[in-house]
Amino acid sequence: MSRLLALICTALLALTACSGSAATGPKSLRMTVWTANEAHLKLLNEIAAEYRAAHPDVTEIKFDTIPADGYTTTLTTQIAGGNAPDLAWILEESAPDFVSSGALAPIRAKVEKADELVPSAIKLWEKDGELYAYPFSTSPFGLFVNTDLVKELPKTWEQAVAASAGKNLVLPDFKYQNWAVLSAIWRGWGAQAWSEDGRQCGFASPEMKDAMTFVHKAIFTDKAIPGPGTTVDFFAGNAAMAVSQISRAGALKEAKFGWTLLPLPQGPKGDYAVIGQAGVGVLKRSKNAEAAADFLGFFTNAANSAKLAQFFPPVRQSLLNAGTLAKSNPLLKPEQLQSVVIDGISKGVVKPSHQGQEELNQTIRAALDPLWKPDADIGQVLDGVCTKIKPLLERQ
Amino acid sequence: MTFWTYRRRDNLVGYLFVAPALLGSLAFVLFPLAMVAWYSLNEWNVLGGTFEFIGGENYARLLADEKLRDSLVATAWFAAGLVVLNLSLALLLAVLLNQKLRGTTLFRTLFFSPVLVSLVAWTLVWQLMLQPEGSVNGLLGVFGIDGPNWLRGETTAMVSVVVVQVIKNVGLNMVLFLAALQGVPAPLYEAAKIDGAGPWTRFRRITIPLISPTILLTSIITIVGSLQVFAQIAVLTQGGPGTSTTVLIYYLYQQAFQFHHFGYGATISVLLFVIVAALTLLQWRMRRKWVLHES
Repeated sequence: MSRLLALICTALLALTACSGSAATGPKSLRMTVWTANEAHLKLLNEIAAEYRAAHPDVTEIKFDTIPADGYTTTLTTQIAGGNAPDLAWILEESAPDFVSSGALAPIRAKVEKADELVPSAIKLWEKDGELYAYPFSTSPFGLFVNTDLVKELPKTWEQAVAASAGKNLVLPDFKYQNWAVLSAIWRGWGAQAWSEDGRQCGFASPEMKDAMTFVHKAIFTDKAIPGPGTTVDFFAGNAAMAVSQISRAGALKEAKFGWTLLPLPQGPKGDYAVIGQAGVGVLKRSKNAEAAADFLGFFTNAANSAKLAQFFPPVRQSLLNAGTLAKSNPLLKPEQLQSVVIDGISKGVVKPSHQGQEELNQTIRAALDPLWKPDADIGQVLDGVCTKIKPLLERQ
Repeated sequence: MTFWTYRRRDNLVGYLFVAPALLGSLAFVLFPLAMVAWYSLNEWNVLGGTFEFIGGENYARLLADEKLRDSLVATAWFAAGLVVLNLSLALLLAVLLNQKLRGTTLFRTLFFSPVLVSLVAWTLVWQLMLQPEGSVNGLLGVFGIDGPNWLRGETTAMVSVVVVQVIKNVGLNMVLFLAALQGVPAPLYEAAKIDGAGPWTRFRRITIPLISPTILLTSIITIVGSLQVFAQIAVLTQGGPGTSTTVLIYYLYQQAFQFHHFGYGATISVLLFVIVAALTLLQWRMRRKWVLHES
């Protein structure tokens, strides 16, 4: 019996010794990403290989794809289970939770020329002057137009809805679930989900009521936006227009129809832009946090940002000119790059995000559900949203 | 007297035989159960990496949680709908397919086959069929009925989830009922016939009492199963519209894995555990009353 015990102890000791030695010996890094696109992964692996060539102590850099649907849930489950990655892509909506919780390691010192990053685009990833994730992709929303179906290009939302009545104006990521996508429309009315400090609900504001009345009418009266449960694919040529992020332009490479990309149409409040973001951060709990931050610095330096720009719009001022972007975005014309991408990134507001975003998401989704019926009482539904989320906004 | 008596040796062999199963359930059932109970007494911030003992606070929150009440109501509706529909349909099918007619084997296979299909694949296909312009409404259109937007109405969404789940699993209960029906001795029916009992009386007085152990078994399995339905909700409705299909286990998932309240999520699983245990115990006690040979 005692021999058996001794054997178990030895085995346990060996195990702990092995796991403890990883921090000093050769390092292996893992970054969770939500892309499974072969071209994306090829580029990521090329950058990683270049880094490893100069850093022989890093034996492996693995890009671990987690499907976008449920990405944050899977990531947090990995963290909870003690299997946190060394680096992780983070969706803009989870940024406040990750940045404020202290899950991420500070990285400003590792970022090359951090001063040239567009201030409005890194705001979400900062706390007390420190940077906690690098926004490697900042993708403005634009209006894709199928020019076979629409002859006169719209300048305002009224024109856009009129031109696509019966011909479909789609919001591919909305699906009557991801309400935050609607911010690409309601911003034109000057509406916002909550105040800048995140404490006041904005859904019951007159601007929001006007904007949502417009959206409701576009769905049920004008029959421009497809109704709940109906899926129409713009990228297959079945819709007149689509409100989507410009990173989707790649899907139009082999389009069999004429198309163009416009900035978001004007609302009653004039010009505006809305952007979606993705950041990459280093998990503080990683045993190789130091090496991971060092790799992040390399991954996001000016040279690599330029390479990544073909898929992920950059936030470096030196790269934000039509000439540089045109090299990596052959599908878009220089004026489109200027008006949608460059202007969008510099003046755009990021899609709504808040601490405890997922709970807000679900609560707002549920409270907005009664709106998606032809006879909905819009004012009452929106007041109801505020009643439901008030305690959540005050909790922060 | 030596230490290794026959009795002791036999015992050791016995213990060795049960050891793998015992260790397995200790490691993978009892230990996680104990951990869940422990987590429910703590506030666990996964992102911040903090784990703090807060005693009964999560349980106090459970009592004050309005969303939990909504979710319990949704769970009750779902369980009631599922159990009634599943058991009655399974029994009806079993009785029909127990007749000595041509083609029953084909129908048995047909009704059982959904049990073998992957749950998520099954649900995804139904999701397409239940769209406003999907095949369900297409079929209704043939009869001149203008079908609703199934997954967007509060009542129709619940009905859809129940029906999709019933069709998926009714075959399993059907097979259990079939086996039970075939175990009912034929002479009993013949004797009853001679005594002048009609088909309904024979069913009520002979069939039901004799298959009552199976009815107990299937109702326990179905009720416990109905409390654990997750994938169907996650795929078809995500708990909506509103919170009409947010059943307890989906609410648990939201709290723990989506909202990162792992401690509170654990508290809800303790509640779920208590509910399942109480229902099973209740049915087990009631068996003396309505299961033949048990009183």
